Amino acid sequence: MAAIFLGVGAATALSPSNCFDSKKFQLSTRRSLSGRKPWFLVVRSDGSVNLGSNQRSRRTQQLITNAVATKADSAASTSASKQGHELLLFEALREGLEEEMDRDPHVCVMGEDVGHYGGSYKVTKGLADKYGDLRVLDTPIAENSFTGMGIGAAMTGLRPIVEGMNMGFLLLAFNQISNNCGMLHYTSGGQFTIPIVIRGPGGVGRQLGAEHSQRLESYFQSIPGIQMVACSTPYNAKGLMKAAIRSENPVILFEHVLLYNLKERIPDEEYICNLEEAEMVRPGEHVTILTYSRMRYHVMQAAKTLVNKGYDPEVIDIRSLKPFDLYTIGNSIKKTHRVLIVEECMRTGGIGASLTAAITENFHDYLDAPIVCLSSQDVPTPYAGTLEEWTVVQPAQIVTAVEQLCQ
Amino acid sequence: MALSKLSSPSSLSTNILKPLTNSFLLHRPISTDTTPLTIETSVPFTSHQCEAPSRSVETTPKELLSFFRQMATMRRMEIAADSLYKAKLVRGFCHLYDGQEAVAIGMEAGITKKDSIITAYRDHCTFLGRGGTLLEVFSELMGRKDGCSHGKGGSMHFYKKDSGFYGGHGIVGAQIPLGCGLAFAQKYSKDETVTFALYGDGAANQGQLFEALNIAALWDLPAILVCENNHYGMGTAEWRAAKSPSYYKRGDYVPGLKVDGMDALAVKQACKFAKEHALKNGPMILEMDTYRYHGHSMSDPGSTYRTRDEISGVRQERDPIERIRKLILAHDLATEKELKDIEKEVRKEVDDAIAKAKESPMPEPSELFTNVYVKGYGVEVFGADRKEVRGVLP
Repeated sequence: MAAIFLGVGAATALSPSNCFDSKKFQLSTRRSLSGRKPWFLVVRSDGSVNLGSNQRSRRTQQLITNAVATKADSAASTSASKQGHELLLFEALREGLEEEMDRDPHVCVMGEDVGHYGGSYKVTKGLADKYGDLRVLDTPIAENSFTGMGIGAAMTGLRPIVEGMNMGFLLLAFNQISNNCGMLHYTSGGQFTIPIVIRGPGGVGRQLGAEHSQRLESYFQSIPGIQMVACSTPYNAKGLMKAAIRSENPVILFEHVLLYNLKERIPDEEYICNLEEAEMVRPGEHVTILTYSRMRYHVMQAAKTLVNKGYDPEVIDIRSLKPFDLYTIGNSIKKTHRVLIVEECMRTGGIGASLTAAITENFHDYLDAPIVCLSSQDVPTPYAGTLEEWTVVQPAQIVTAVEQLCQ
Repeated sequence: MALSKLSSPSSLSTNILKPLTNSFLLHRPISTDTTPLTIETSVPFTSHQCEAPSRSVETTPKELLSFFRQMATMRRMEIAADSLYKAKLVRGFCHLYDGQEAVAIGMEAGITKKDSIITAYRDHCTFLGRGGTLLEVFSELMGRKDGCSHGKGGSMHFYKKDSGFYGGHGIVGAQIPLGCGLAFAQKYSKDETVTFALYGDGAANQGQLFEALNIAALWDLPAILVCENNHYGMGTAEWRAAKSPSYYKRGDYVPGLKVDGMDALAVKQACKFAKEHALKNGPMILEMDTYRYHGHSMSDPGSTYRTRDEISGVRQERDPIERIRKLILAHDLATEKELKDIEKEVRKEVDDAIAKAKESPMPEPSELFTNVYVKGYGVEVFGADRKEVRGVLP
């Protein structure tokens, strides 16, 4: 619940060009919700602000067709101010991390080689020198126990960020993540909160082999009590990192090995992205394409071809993998009536499978055609380059699928 | 043995002088008497890589009587839980702690409420020791609203945040990394407090224990790992599960201490010693040599892998409550009748708590969806048939 702030006081409409200082607003509390009629300031991913009350539960509101006014093929994350600074995705993650560590002394980072080495993907470079060994901790190679330790520390009020060097290694910590992280808030009757962030790179890289190319979002998605988000651009990487750290719930932040060197201009002022919100990458009319993480770029590549062929796809980066932002997705389906899901998870039991089920349950009446879900093959990722290309969805396949869907 | 030397002359004298002492000392304030007493533990401590603490333990009559009362409450509570389970009011798993009460009591005596304790699923008595009430225990066991986890945790998930009791965990060994995390947080906030992470002889073979111990030793965390060695990991005896049964030595470079877990005073001494050690030198392992009378859980009769003679033998020779009773009588701190009265009071308290817990209501259906997330997002949720239990996530 990072970016929904209760406005206390006058209802000033912030125009996007204003400097948004997140420190001015109080985070919503249950206390303030019960007394007065609640109204929220919702900061959307593009920096524009909506005033409204409890938008989540009203699906019959007006369609937001232009949530973001963007150019067709650029990333939809640029905010209104053009002055920002340019950086790479891993630097954006580090900026978010650093700002949160400055802001709250309870935030600490633990993981393998995050301290003196600077992080295997340089996300935590320089932090150990700045904050010392007690806040940036190098752990031995013991995922089960240091994830457990992070959870134990979170039970007392610390806000640890546990880094898995590769998401696949967190399979060793599955017991801790599932039983202790996800369930402790419930089984203790609300006594303990676990404000932990578990992050790391996952996904299929460049010929890394089967064990280092795993998509853990499909394994973790059933765990009750956790939230999962996937970042895809420097803008939302920084925003989601900050939101995840500030959230009282345990959040798993999925990064992608191949996206760390993406460059983008992000605003200078502080901003947070909403953890449960999807991002409208490219508005359109003919078909809704739902995607996340690296597949977003394959989709945008395919979108160029599709536009040349005369189609107008609407591309949504779902960002929030648990829970799904069915509000944005629903609005889009009501407009286009066709859905294509492009994901990197495996066919069986992946995020796409759950999303297909969720959409069918909720929006069946609005669909003109069955939902098409393009996912990776149900095989261990092979080493050979050509074979690896065939396991993952390629832009050409996306173009073909859209053409078939729109007949 | 110190105890037997004391008992023979005094018992003679008490027999002769009983009527006289009773009439002279009718209003001696036994329960609040704080004159110190020094008592020797039953066996000396065995240590590994450190100096063993002394065998003589400082205590007071007030403390000994409180030991007796609390242990009697714990024993009665566990036996009552046994009958409740057989009456099908408690379902699922129920792991009983009777026989091991001295560990919980002795530990409480040696530390403060600011120190943290985390344990596995045999947590009813540890919860009580940390300040939980009988009503909370029985309500939670029966799945009622007044339970400590509002009926959503059950026997294996008791927690009490305000007095530093972190549970209550079902998966064997998973609480040890959590315990080291608690110790890390204590070091981070420079609290001068320690964490006791309890586990059993079965969990002592888990890899995550050694992983966590390594990290704790490396980072100098004030964590004390306590192995409650009741010699059986469910149905497997310790000699069949562990190549090296000296659990206190397993830390290698981490100092360890072996303690008679049926002697509450020895446990108290060891925990005090361990706390001082951990605040200065990092983690330590304590092995409590204890015994459970019941089986592993209520579905285990407890007699297929051990003989009834063994159980009754331990009950006669090493029972923790009997030891304290003998100490109290030997030092003339209370009469037999007073102790019996305490037991009767305890029995009544437990029965009252059970009656009150039975009246407590079941949780509301909407409670199914509360506390899944903190500060949820207002999503509507349905039951399986999409008609019932409609609520909004808080």
